[in-house]
Amino acid sequence: MRRLLYILPVVLLGLVAVLAYLRLGKDPSILPSALIDRPAPEFALPPLLDGVPGLATADLKGQVALVNVFASWCAPCRVEHPVFLRLKEEGRVAIYGINYKDKPEDATAWLQRLGNPYTRIGADREGRAAIEWGVYGVPETFVIDREGRIRYRHVGPVQPRDLDEKILPLLRELQK
Amino acid sequence: MIRALALLLVLLTATPAWTVEPDEILADPAQEARAREVGQELRCLVCQNQAIDDSNAPLARDLRILVRERIKAGDSNAQVMDFVVARYGDFVRLRPPMRAETYLLWFGPALILAIALSALLLALRRRKAASRTVPLDANERARLDKILGGEP
Repeated sequence: MRRLLYILPVVLLGLVAVLAYLRLGKDPSILPSALIDRPAPEFALPPLLDGVPGLATADLKGQVALVNVFASWCAPCRVEHPVFLRLKEEGRVAIYGINYKDKPEDATAWLQRLGNPYTRIGADREGRAAIEWGVYGVPETFVIDREGRIRYRHVGPVQPRDLDEKILPLLRELQK
Repeated sequence: MIRALALLLVLLTATPAWTVEPDEILADPAQEARAREVGQELRCLVCQNQAIDDSNAPLARDLRILVRERIKAGDSNAQVMDFVVARYGDFVRLRPPMRAETYLLWFGPALILAIALSALLLALRRRKAASRTVPLDANERARLDKILGGEP
């Protein structure tokens, strides 16, 4: 009994160490989404560019799609942009954009300079649609299945590794 | 003296420095008061440890406006909270809900206190038992008397 009492602090320390180790290297600003496996929220956004239609809930049904929330003023969006261009070239999935709190002329110039991977772009000037999506910072990316449900959410820039290891396998799974 | 009293009065009646901006404030004071109640319960997801009422992040401002819109539209405080939680999850509540997975969070401190108190009680009782004086028996008394030279 007494020996057990002496061991107890060591055991507790060990448990705390394991917990701390599990959190190590994880970004505390990445929050779980409340919307996983729920239908995409009700929203309807006007187009940003001439010739590229806007985006609304109804557009998300019928095929697997990627919804990317971006802004021209957002530096990490620039980082992930080539990843979406590559994905567009592969033609694997519909890529839709929600342009968050941006000036239309800035967003247009940004897309002209860097290339436009999106087949639909909704202009969310007030950021209200983003609140419906539970977005708390750009960029964020969602994977939507055929039934229009949110299956995955990525907070922060999508790096090539995220695409290869998480998003592409999920897309293949959903497209089966 | 009067100046000092006036200063005291001002200091005592001062409200906390809200970040709620003048253009956000509702015309109806009762509705505004409710919006403040809700705003103190909602976490700003950008700064994470501030309520939306205390934060000047743009998203916090958007959420304050949203809360006021819902209140104006006739929602109860609980309905407004549910509206925001449905989009941002439980993390947006500054006070976590009471649920099976949050029991440890709510009762953990009390549990640790209980463990510590029972350990303390156990240790105290043991110490008391160890220090209890046992009277000498006749044999020991005789030996002691002998050592002390027969004094009583």
